[in-house]
Amino acid sequence: MADARGLVKRRAGARLWLSAGWLVLLVLVALFAPLLAPQDPLMQDLFAARLPPFWASGADPNFPLGTDSLGRDVLSRIMYGARVALSVALIAGILTCVIGSVLGLIAGYFRGWPDVVISRLVDIWMAFPPVLFSILLIAVMGTGLGSIIIAVVVIDWTRFARVIRAEAMSQGAMDYVASAQVSGRKRFSIMLTEILPNVMPTIVVLLTLEMGIAVIVEAILSFVNLSISTDDPTWGSMIAEGRLSIHQAWWVLVFPLIALFLTVLSLSQLGEGLKDRFDPVLR
Amino acid sequence: MSDDVIYEIENLRLSFPDMAHKPLFGAAPRIEILKGIDMRIARGDVVGIVGGSGSGKSTLGRAMIRLLEPDSGSIRFNGQDITHLEETALRPMRRRFQMIFQDPMSSLNPRQTVGSIIAGPLKLQGFDRVSARVDQALDHVGLPRRFRSRYPHELSGGQRQRVGIARAIATEPDFILADEIVSGLDVSSQAQVLNLLEQLVRELGLTLAFISHDLSVIRRLCQRTMVLYRGEVVEYRDTRALFEAPEAEYTRELLDAIPLPDLEQVWA
Repeated sequence: MADARGLVKRRAGARLWLSAGWLVLLVLVALFAPLLAPQDPLMQDLFAARLPPFWASGADPNFPLGTDSLGRDVLSRIMYGARVALSVALIAGILTCVIGSVLGLIAGYFRGWPDVVISRLVDIWMAFPPVLFSILLIAVMGTGLGSIIIAVVVIDWTRFARVIRAEAMSQGAMDYVASAQVSGRKRFSIMLTEILPNVMPTIVVLLTLEMGIAVIVEAILSFVNLSISTDDPTWGSMIAEGRLSIHQAWWVLVFPLIALFLTVLSLSQLGEGLKDRFDPVLR
Repeated sequence: MSDDVIYEIENLRLSFPDMAHKPLFGAAPRIEILKGIDMRIARGDVVGIVGGSGSGKSTLGRAMIRLLEPDSGSIRFNGQDITHLEETALRPMRRRFQMIFQDPMSSLNPRQTVGSIIAGPLKLQGFDRVSARVDQALDHVGLPRRFRSRYPHELSGGQRQRVGIARAIATEPDFILADEIVSGLDVSSQAQVLNLLEQLVRELGLTLAFISHDLSVIRRLCQRTMVLYRGEVVEYRDTRALFEAPEAEYTRELLDAIPLPDLEQVWA
């Protein structure tokens, strides 16, 4: 018994540390971008356009990951892009999580008319195509960080509501809920003290997943030029610009793509890792 | 057996909506589960409730401790009518009737320690010296006090059911409902839990309703036995008399269905 548990724990540990490591690095880079970035991310220099990354011949050591077709430093732009990506991930992820989970808990545990109202709303909501819906929202609200966050929340709260509702329903049918009622616990208190802790692992996993999705949504919106103003570097806009010059300068596309990929992957792995590490039932 | 009556149930009826046959508009038809149950439980009695699945025995139990609200009839507990009492009015009375559940894996919150599970009802009902009472309850059910910091999944099935029993007796209730509490356990744990229950009934003077489909368990534990069939009382008598001379045809069938040890000659 002890040996098998140790094995599981070690694996979970490595996953947790690797993903947390990347995310901590990213947070530090985003916070201290003005100090760390080798160049001004907006400075153009057409004579230094499309310089290759440091290991290729003809590289300039001032631009470690090369430059784009306007001569802007790719590394610096990725660093500044991390700020947008992380703000969207954190704020949009948490807002979506709180709104969706609360509605899901209420619908799943109290059933009755709150469930009817919330479930119908979710059904109707999900009939909208999400990408079109977000583009429409941005078009109405105008571009900017706030609009992106609102778009993510408005589109994705249903993901939480649906999953948490189902989870709360199955937990609500357990005898420990009946037992709490027999002990004289109030219904609302049962929801918070009995159901919520048992739904929490799912919420954490969904939250980290949602943060990854928020990063991707921001990138998608940047890709269609509906994110932040075009001046501010974001990973999505970098990918969109890099696409145009992929045959001449692949690094403009590939490096932000790697950053995006690692971030989304780390976020989802972080959720699983946290669940394995801190769930008393699995521990 | 004294004449002090703890439960008085008259013509109890309870139905559930049949969602499978619900028309698109309008209310679902109702299926009647309990069809007019009458029973009295005297203080200090251990009453067995038997019946096949679907006989309504669990529903009756859950109505008695008002996890379900009956359609009609009346339930009087300690002389007070609790048939249609609101949850808020019931709450202070809840310490007087507790329940032990069938599946201890489901009835113990997996994310709470044994200590906080047992302390839950005590805190809710405003008891003092909660910690000491938790220790006392653990002593009563024969679990070491260090189990307080364990989680349910770290315990065996029999130990979990002991935690369920400890939680039920912690508030010193007048009445405990035990719903199929040994059917999920292996035979040796069953015997241990039943021994414990017998001992607690003696020591604490509990009044117990013991729901089971296992007649041999009922025969061993209960003074009186009620046989339910499709939501109606078939027989409700002294256990010994019922087992020796069953009056109803259904009771006879149930008794005949008890598997007896049937040893081959080789083994004898």
